[in-house]
Amino acid sequence: MIRRLLILLFCLVPALPVWAALDPALVKRLAADDSDAKIAAIQQLGASGDRAAVKVLKALANDELLVAGDKVFLLDGETAVDAVSGAAIVPAPESYDTITINNRIRAELSNAIATLRLLNPDRAVRLAAAQELQSNSGIEMAPVLAKALARETDTEIKHLLKLAQAQANLGSPDADARLAAVQALADDATPNTRNLLLPLLDPATEADARVRTAAKSSLNLIESRLAVGETIGQIFSGLSLGSILLLAALGLAITYGVMGVINMAHGELLMVGAYTAYAVQGLFQRYLPDYIDWYVLAAIPVAFAAAGLVGIALERSVIRWLYGRPLETLLATWGLSLILIQAARVIFGAQNVEVANPSWMSGGIEVMAGLVLPWNRIVIIGFTLFVLALVWLLMQKTRLGLFVRAVTQNRQMAGCVGVPTARIDTLAFGLGAGIAGLGGVALSQIANVGPDMGQGYIVDSFMVVVLGGVGQLAGAVWAALGLGVVTKFLEGWAGAVIAKIVVLVIVIVFIQKRPQGLFALKGRFVEN
Amino acid sequence: MQRRNFIKAATLTVALAAAGLTSLSALAADTIKVGILHSLSGTMAISETALKETALMTIDEINKSGGVMGKKLEPVVVDPASNWPLFAEKARQLIAKDKVAVVFGCWTSVSRKSVLPVFKELNGLLFYPVQYEGEELEKNVFYTGAAPNQQAIPAVEYLMSKDGGSAKRFVLLGTDYVYPRTTNKILRAFLHSKGVKDADIMEEYTPFGHSDYQTIIAKIKKFASEGKKTAVVSTINGDSNVPFYKELGNAGLKATDVPVVAFSVGEEELRGVDTKPLLGHLAAWNYFESIKNPTNAKFIKMYKDWAKKQNLPNAGTVVTNDPMEATYIGIHMWKQAVEKAKSTDTDKVIAAMAGQTFKAPSGFTATMDPKNHHLHKPVFIGEIRPDGQFNVVWKTPGPVKAQPWSPFIPGNDKKKDEPDTK
Repeated sequence: MIRRLLILLFCLVPALPVWAALDPALVKRLAADDSDAKIAAIQQLGASGDRAAVKVLKALANDELLVAGDKVFLLDGETAVDAVSGAAIVPAPESYDTITINNRIRAELSNAIATLRLLNPDRAVRLAAAQELQSNSGIEMAPVLAKALARETDTEIKHLLKLAQAQANLGSPDADARLAAVQALADDATPNTRNLLLPLLDPATEADARVRTAAKSSLNLIESRLAVGETIGQIFSGLSLGSILLLAALGLAITYGVMGVINMAHGELLMVGAYTAYAVQGLFQRYLPDYIDWYVLAAIPVAFAAAGLVGIALERSVIRWLYGRPLETLLATWGLSLILIQAARVIFGAQNVEVANPSWMSGGIEVMAGLVLPWNRIVIIGFTLFVLALVWLLMQKTRLGLFVRAVTQNRQMAGCVGVPTARIDTLAFGLGAGIAGLGGVALSQIANVGPDMGQGYIVDSFMVVVLGGVGQLAGAVWAALGLGVVTKFLEGWAGAVIAKIVVLVIVIVFIQKRPQGLFALKGRFVEN
Repeated sequence: MQRRNFIKAATLTVALAAAGLTSLSALAADTIKVGILHSLSGTMAISETALKETALMTIDEINKSGGVMGKKLEPVVVDPASNWPLFAEKARQLIAKDKVAVVFGCWTSVSRKSVLPVFKELNGLLFYPVQYEGEELEKNVFYTGAAPNQQAIPAVEYLMSKDGGSAKRFVLLGTDYVYPRTTNKILRAFLHSKGVKDADIMEEYTPFGHSDYQTIIAKIKKFASEGKKTAVVSTINGDSNVPFYKELGNAGLKATDVPVVAFSVGEEELRGVDTKPLLGHLAAWNYFESIKNPTNAKFIKMYKDWAKKQNLPNAGTVVTNDPMEATYIGIHMWKQAVEKAKSTDTDKVIAAMAGQTFKAPSGFTATMDPKNHHLHKPVFIGEIRPDGQFNVVWKTPGPVKAQPWSPFIPGNDKKKDEPDTK
């Protein structure tokens, strides 16, 4: 039995046509100037079930189908392959045009290619094809879908095909077929289905009252599920913005919150981190092109060190002479920020530089219908948690953290019991700057990297620290997340410009009512 | 005898050398200064830096072929740093202090509006190379970019056509300043005239330099799922486009479902973006780098060589785009007008500009309108390719005359198609 099957299989393999000749008239129409003629040809090739058509249609979709005179062909390496017969054309035509396509044709093409692939023996290919067919299935595809459905054995693909068939049947002239389709689509809570069902509520487009009521109830189901997705999406984007604010502000929470230094150059420390990511990316491109996807990981410690060293240099050279004189510190650090911006301009040029997302941070994951969470934002939220945990451990569990906290609470007393306050100041400032550098690496993945990128974050960072309560890391966390979520909900409701204004007003009113911020430092705290 | 000859020869040589020297120094002093007023830093640097380079390249080209009226052009480059009041200051410096004959510059309409009073007061001459919202016609300005009827209106008409996807709902998305607001006002009136209701139009604005487009993409997705084919018209300007397109790609919003047509995004702005997920999104311009003709091939080669020679950052991947072409046309037309007027005097050059023609890289001959200071240009609509270039999917049969006063804004029918000449 098995042997017989094997023999059958061996007979089958060579029997599969490598390139069955396609209808020359249809192929020629693919090169027509008129989109309607092209689309008709694509649909017929798709419905033909001819697997040789896949290669031709794919070439068309990739701008690789060429035309010279009345010959339509594609290039296979150096040789020109005739699209009709699959035979090589010798000599290859010297001048040719690419057949250009537009979005309308592209949509038809992806449907046609997907329908052809439904007959592929490989399950993964069929599954991908069935997923592709979840939008734009028209009534002309109904027969092919029915055929594929009859042959299909896999339940998951079958389910997808049924949905695609239901979509196609929405355009059916038969009211019963439409009714069944509308009911079947209630399962499929995607924005696309909602889009398809909404017109059916209108008596002008849908004559049958039963279909209209069914569409209404299907829509209600879909909309309630979409609303859940939408809220989750808003909370996610709020958390994402919050995590970015937190990364930007965490360093400041240490330098300003804990040490009381108003550091206007904090934004520029973010910039140093972002440019470090750019430089590391450049090094990887040159020396380790095979590992380019992992440059971000390498950039993290380098950026921490680079920004930390810049911070220590700033503290040693300027800021340490100005402790306890907030106005002078403010002016001096503002001057430092201008110097750093100009330095970046001189070294890297005034234009923004390109920091590419590694491939594992591109694209997104579809967690539920209509809700795609981008990878880069997910990674940044995770990274923020990691940095937060690190800072917490450092401040609570290490000797350095203990000293920093001691100096914060009572500088003189700490000095009296032998804490080297000057060195602790330098180290704490370097730590704050290093964390800003880490924030810069994260920012380089979602925002533009340019010499004055830091200016955009300095106000937000101070807002987070002041709102959270000076001297409190936990306060900064809550303030950043709160600001992020509130901003995103306001943006959804009033637009980005108004949201920015409203958030500022809210913060000002809040600080008026509660000058100490969300969390006030309690206990034996000595001012000056 | 011999000795006398020697003295003669020596005197002659010295005299010749002296004459040569004086003529050389006379030549050096006798250049024509031209101002270049583009942001080289800040949010607009992404777009404007390339225009500065194009202007320098064109000036170099003209100088190599003998200059203008036998005089070399001397560029004066200033950086207004995407700071609108600084534009006015720098413009004043160029005209009053450096005494430039003409200024090539500005990108955003807000910068143009900010320098206008200076040009009017000092009777300077500005060549503005970017598409804009119209609603302006100044004697001292020549507009070599597109007016709304040469870009925005045809693009929206295309989206409403069968090939453009028969869009019925529109998201008008822009940066918050005068150009997007005015363009969207015109587009709204235009859509009304086509029977699109207010409920089917969503208008959204973001500040300059905005970098978080999550909410807006989510809103567009929701708006697009409300029963009709939706298209997005983007007038986002500057470096905000990079995070916008990144987010668009990451969120999986495909051009076959919701096409985005952009008016301020060209090859240059897309250089830093992975364009594979953006396949099929559109842009409307009067020129694309992918257009094939000998003039364009020459233009592209000239710029690539220039980038290599000047050692520009990423010189290997430089691209050309529409405002660069408009800058190139503008400088050449100014040269032709100066030669026709035989003077760099502002009023004489303005008079000589009328009717100037230039064979543009777009493959068409651009003509300066005899009256309204705008070019007659062809319109192209392109779809983004995976390599960051554009495939032209629609174009006008020939150049289109600009209508700076859009007929879709009430009261404009009474306005004259030429600037007041006082």
